[in-house]
Amino acid sequence: MTVHSFQEHFDKKIGSDVSIEPRDWMPDDYRKTLIRQISQHAHSEIIGMLPEGNWISRAPSLRRKAVLLAKVQDEAGHGLYLYSAAETLGITRDELYDQLHSGKAKYSSIFNYPTLTWADMGAIGWLVDGAAIMNQVPLCRCSYGPYARAMVRVCKEESFHQRQGYEIMLTLSNGAPMQKKMAQDALDRWWWPSLMMFGPPDAESGNTEQSMRWRIKRLTNDELRQKFIDVTVEQANILGLTIPDKNLKWNEERGHYDSGVINWDEFWNVVKGNGPCNKQRLDARKNAWADGQWVRDAAMAHAEKRKARKEKAAKAA
Amino acid sequence: MNDQKALLQYTLRLADDGLILGHRLGEWCGHGPILEQDIALTNTSLDHLGRARSLYQYAAAVFNALPVADKAAFFTSVAIQKEVAEETAIDEDDLAYLRDGWDYRNVLLVEQPNQDWAYTVARSFFYDSFNSLFFKELSKSTDQTLASIAEKSLKEVTYHLRWSSEWCVRLGDGTDESHARMQQAINELWAYTGELFTMNDADAAVAAQGIGMDLAALRPQWKELVTSVFEEATMAMPTDAWMHKGGKDGRHTEYLGYILAELQFVQRAYPGMEW
Repeated sequence: MTVHSFQEHFDKKIGSDVSIEPRDWMPDDYRKTLIRQISQHAHSEIIGMLPEGNWISRAPSLRRKAVLLAKVQDEAGHGLYLYSAAETLGITRDELYDQLHSGKAKYSSIFNYPTLTWADMGAIGWLVDGAAIMNQVPLCRCSYGPYARAMVRVCKEESFHQRQGYEIMLTLSNGAPMQKKMAQDALDRWWWPSLMMFGPPDAESGNTEQSMRWRIKRLTNDELRQKFIDVTVEQANILGLTIPDKNLKWNEERGHYDSGVINWDEFWNVVKGNGPCNKQRLDARKNAWADGQWVRDAAMAHAEKRKARKEKAAKAA
Repeated sequence: MNDQKALLQYTLRLADDGLILGHRLGEWCGHGPILEQDIALTNTSLDHLGRARSLYQYAAAVFNALPVADKAAFFTSVAIQKEVAEETAIDEDDLAYLRDGWDYRNVLLVEQPNQDWAYTVARSFFYDSFNSLFFKELSKSTDQTLASIAEKSLKEVTYHLRWSSEWCVRLGDGTDESHARMQQAINELWAYTGELFTMNDADAAVAAQGIGMDLAALRPQWKELVTSVFEEATMAMPTDAWMHKGGKDGRHTEYLGYILAELQFVQRAYPGMEW
C-alpha cells in the first residue's frame, strides 16, 4: 500500500466507526494528539490523588477513611490503565513521567486548587468527578480502541466516586448549620474551576475541530459544559445549596440554563503555573519519583541477580 | 481484671494495631516509589483498616454491655464519659476518634513512622510475620467473633506477608544502597519486636479462657520465619538487645500523639456530628 492508501484505509475506518488498534497505521498527528491527550489524562489521575490524599489521614469516620482510601487508590488504577493505553502508541511510562516532571506535559488544572475542609472531599467527588464523567463518557466511543476500552472501566468507577462525593455533600447539608456552611463554602470554591475543566470555549479551542474529525472527541467543550451545568443545578437544589453564579437562570427557549461568564484569565493563569498549589503538586510527584529511585534500582538489580542465578543453575544442570 | 473487661482491652488492642498501621500505610498513598506499589500498599492499608473496623464494632458491643460503673471508669475520655452518663451506646468511631493516647493499646511497632521504603517494609514484615502466626491461633479462639475475624484476616495476612517478605529480599539482595538501608531499618525496628510477644494482664486473662493464647510460645516459630527470609535477603539477624514496650498498656512513643492529632481533628473540632 502507498502512504496515500494507508491514509484512505484509516479515513474509512474512522468514517465507519471501526476502532483504530495499536498495530494499525495511523497518521503521525493522530498518534501525537492521542499521546498528548491520554498522557494528560493519566497525569491528571496521578496528580489528582494528592488533593484528596490530603484528607485520608483526617477523614472524620472510619467508613469515610476507608472509602476515601479506596477512591484515591482507584485513581492510581486509572492512571495505570491510561499510561498503559499511551504505551501502546510507542512511548514509555518513564518518558511520560519525565514530561510531567519537566512541566512539558499538562494535567487538569483543577488539581492546583487546595483542599481546605472535609467538605472538599464531597465537592471534588460531586463536581470534579461529575465533570470528569461528562468528559469521559463520550470517550468510551473514542476512535482509538485501547483508550476507549480504558474509559469504559474508568467511567464505571468514576460514577461511584461521584455518588460518594454527593453523599458526603448530602450528609453535610442535612447536618449541623456549620456543616452546611462547610458544604456551601466548598461549592463556592469548586464551582468555577469545575466549569473550567471542560476547557476553553469552542471558539478558542485549538484542538477541538481536528479531534472531532478523528472521533477522538465526540462533543465540544461548550456542549459538555452545558450538559454538566444543567444536571448539576438540579443536584444543588436537592442539597439546598446555592451555586455561586447570580446569572444562572433557566432559559425556556433554549431548554438549558444560562450562566455567567467564566473567568478565563484565572484559568490561563493556573495553567501557566500560578495556581495556589501548582508547585506543591508537582514537587510532591517529583519528590516521590526521586525518593523512589533507589527502590526501583534495587528491584531491578535484584531481578537481574535472580535471572543470572537461574541461568547459572540451568547451565550447571 | 474481670473477663469482659479483659476481652474488651484485648479486642481494642487488636483494633488499634490495625487502625494505626493502616493509617501509617495510608500516608504513602500518592507518594509511593512505583505506581503499582502505591496501589498494593493502599490495598494492605485497607485490609488493616477493615479488620480494625470489625474489631472496634465488637469492642463497642462489649463495652456497651458492661455495667455502668465499669463503663464510666474504663476510658479517660470526656466525650465517651458523657455518652455513658447520657446512656448512649458508643460505636466504632467513638473508639477511634474520642480516645486519647493513653487509652490506645496498639504495640509501639505499628506507630513508628514510615521514614522510607525500607523502614516501611521492615515494619510491615515484622508485623505481618507475627500476624501470620497470631491469627492462625486466634482462628481457634473460643470467642466466635474473634475467631471469625481471625479466619478472614488470615487470607489477607498471607498476602501481606508475601508482599513484605518479597520486598525484604528485593531490598536486601538488591543494590549496596538498598541493602544498607534495609539492614539499618531492621536493626532499628528490631527493638520494637519484643513487645509483640509480651503478655500483659489482658493477655493472661483471655489466654486463661481459651480466647487468646500464650504469645511467648509464638516467638520461636516467628524467629525461624524471620531468619529464613533474612537469609534469602542476605541480611544479618539483629542481635537481641533491649526491647521497648508499653503500647499495650497505653504508654506510647511520642509519635502516637501526632497521629491522633491528625486522625481525630475533624471529630474534635466539630464534636457530636454525623459525617
